[in-house]
Amino acid sequence: MAESENIVAETAEKIFADLADAQTINRDKKGEWKAPLWKALTEAGLPLAWVPEDCGGSGASLAEGFGVLSAAGRFAVAVPLAETMLAGWLLAQAKVSSPDGEMTVVPASPKDRITVNSDGSLSGKARGVPFAKAAKHIAVLASGNGSLQIALVDTAKCRIEAGIGLGGDHSDTVTLDKVRPVALKPAPKGFDQTRLMLMGGVARSLQIAGALESMLEISVRYSNERVAFEKKISKFQAVQHNLARLAGESAAALAAATSAADAIANAGAFNDEVFLEAAAAKIRCSEAAEKGGGIAHQVHGAIGFTIEHVLHRYSLRALAWRDDFGSESYWAVELGKLVANRGADELWPLVASR
Amino acid sequence: MTAALRFDPIRLPPECEQLRKEVRAFLAEEIAAGTFDPHKPNREDTDVPEFSRKVGAKGWLGMTWPKKYGGHERSFLERYVVTEEMRVANAPTRRFFVADRQSGPVLLKYAPENIKMDILPRICRGEVCFAIGMSEPNSGSDLFAAKTRATKTDGGYLINGTKIWTSSAHIADYMIAIFRTSPPTKENRRHGLTQFLVKMKQPGIEVNPIGQITGQYEFNEVVFTDHFVPDDHVLGEVDGAWKQATSELAYERSGPERFLETYYVLTELVRAVGNNPDTRSAEGIGRLVAQLHTMRRMSVSVAGMLQAGKEPVVEASIVKDIGTVWEQALPHRVRDLAAFVEETATNRETLENQLSFAIKTAPKLTIQGGTTEVLRGIIARGLGLR
Repeated sequence: MAESENIVAETAEKIFADLADAQTINRDKKGEWKAPLWKALTEAGLPLAWVPEDCGGSGASLAEGFGVLSAAGRFAVAVPLAETMLAGWLLAQAKVSSPDGEMTVVPASPKDRITVNSDGSLSGKARGVPFAKAAKHIAVLASGNGSLQIALVDTAKCRIEAGIGLGGDHSDTVTLDKVRPVALKPAPKGFDQTRLMLMGGVARSLQIAGALESMLEISVRYSNERVAFEKKISKFQAVQHNLARLAGESAAALAAATSAADAIANAGAFNDEVFLEAAAAKIRCSEAAEKGGGIAHQVHGAIGFTIEHVLHRYSLRALAWRDDFGSESYWAVELGKLVANRGADELWPLVASR
Repeated sequence: MTAALRFDPIRLPPECEQLRKEVRAFLAEEIAAGTFDPHKPNREDTDVPEFSRKVGAKGWLGMTWPKKYGGHERSFLERYVVTEEMRVANAPTRRFFVADRQSGPVLLKYAPENIKMDILPRICRGEVCFAIGMSEPNSGSDLFAAKTRATKTDGGYLINGTKIWTSSAHIADYMIAIFRTSPPTKENRRHGLTQFLVKMKQPGIEVNPIGQITGQYEFNEVVFTDHFVPDDHVLGEVDGAWKQATSELAYERSGPERFLETYYVLTELVRAVGNNPDTRSAEGIGRLVAQLHTMRRMSVSVAGMLQAGKEPVVEASIVKDIGTVWEQALPHRVRDLAAFVEETATNRETLENQLSFAIKTAPKLTIQGGTTEVLRGIIARGLGLR
């Protein structure tokens, strides 16, 4: 879906513009902007966008929700909107109703496992869980007795070791020690942790692409304002070529992320083609976060290195988002194995499948 | 910023998949018949007239052009599928590629009716080869410094001067070239150049081959000495070629040929590594495939936007910038990853031969058809920096 046709994403964009302006947030040292923003998002039904109405949500389509995440990336939104959307989506897979309030997802890394004990309680440790400290509930994917279960857990029942990620947002370690879930239902047939990780990875890819769009915009604007050697720095060819490369990285991230989102939103089955789209998006967007963010800083010079300037809100979050739901190195290994396993002559048919 | 970049997630329509099957079946037959070897991109015989005619007979040349000129009125996306399948198979497309991609569309837009009726159907049949006459010994990227003169004479023009780096000029039937018809003005240094259709293999045209570092002889020096071109071979506005150049760039710069030129080494690497790669190989291959997939999706997206009547000039320039830088680096990355491939890999020799050729090919990829520096200038202009 083109974003201009996406009313849900437009609603999100308007709320962010009104209540999550980067400059205003950056000056607010007490975090007073968070409550009104979350309230407005909740009133618009956005945190539970991917939850059907009969499970307590607003029943938006996957494509509409992906549009919201792109917008969230453009504003480098630092409230658990993406996480709550993902949690609601995960719960809805097993028809578990979503509660009100902030949520997050466990596990948030492909290597962590949560197990269902024989008494129906949950145990395990998950690292790098975004916004666990702020979440009232956690949607958990757990395995036990050879099947996968989806659970809703009260965060207060878990042990949270707070951590702060590169972007300044919480990235916590969550330990479940025989935690009794609020609800526990079997995951649908065919669902697995890879699927959850790839969905999370595509969410992060869209956010990174959005952040890069903003980094490009503010870098271009800054280069047209800043004067050095008696002319605007945008007139220096070296600066122009740096910004052209930033545009390229931003474009690559945008194309990879929106293509993957489109593939997931329209997938009949979760096959190799969808895997390629989602894994490639996380890999390429993460690479773009490094290259593109680096250029944005180079163009800004020292001012972009200050806490007062808004650039770090985008650049550091984009870098932090690389680590969630499997890093680019992890997905590259997985994608490489898939390609090798299919064999050399099946590589092109895979790439040319859409 | 003037406008946000757009890359709509285009999905190829169902008719493309049927077409793709037909193209693959055709190429498999040609390979089986010995027309070309897909594992040997470094062969000498890149010009295969018989293959060219067969592709024309299949209806895969001039695919998007009007039927009255021999075209097939199909979509850009269908043409895209044919182009990428030919490229991945290392098919010998030299004879028809430039005519189909670039010269035909220029003629469609600017040539008089009699010339269109004469030449376009022959391009569609795969019978004629085109060259592009842009660079000169003292004007490469700086197109508007071209000095080769077209002097008005009775019923036409006399051409004097030299074009250089002209790919395929030694086999070409025609060239579309820019010549100087007036001096540039103080206000507009781009003024004074005119686009012409030149019939090759005529008196007053001398083609001298130039050897390349790959060992091939694909490009040439073309010397014009009082070569006569009739009036009806002027394409578009006299002195106004600069107005005509830009809108075609989106077609020229965003195609699959802009990132697939060295693709074959990646296929051979996957073959050499086998089904159970170690972590290093898996990660390396995974990253390259992710980058390739992303560029292809960008490129398909531009084709879709062209089909929808948009002019994504900046997006197309980005595809060529990123794509050519990638295909240039690819053989070196594959070489890194191949360093630990088992001695016993069955395709070791093929891979080594291909790598040697691809590494020698690599330097030209960011020069031909608009250098990286020129592209980044265009992107910068699109961003509102100049």
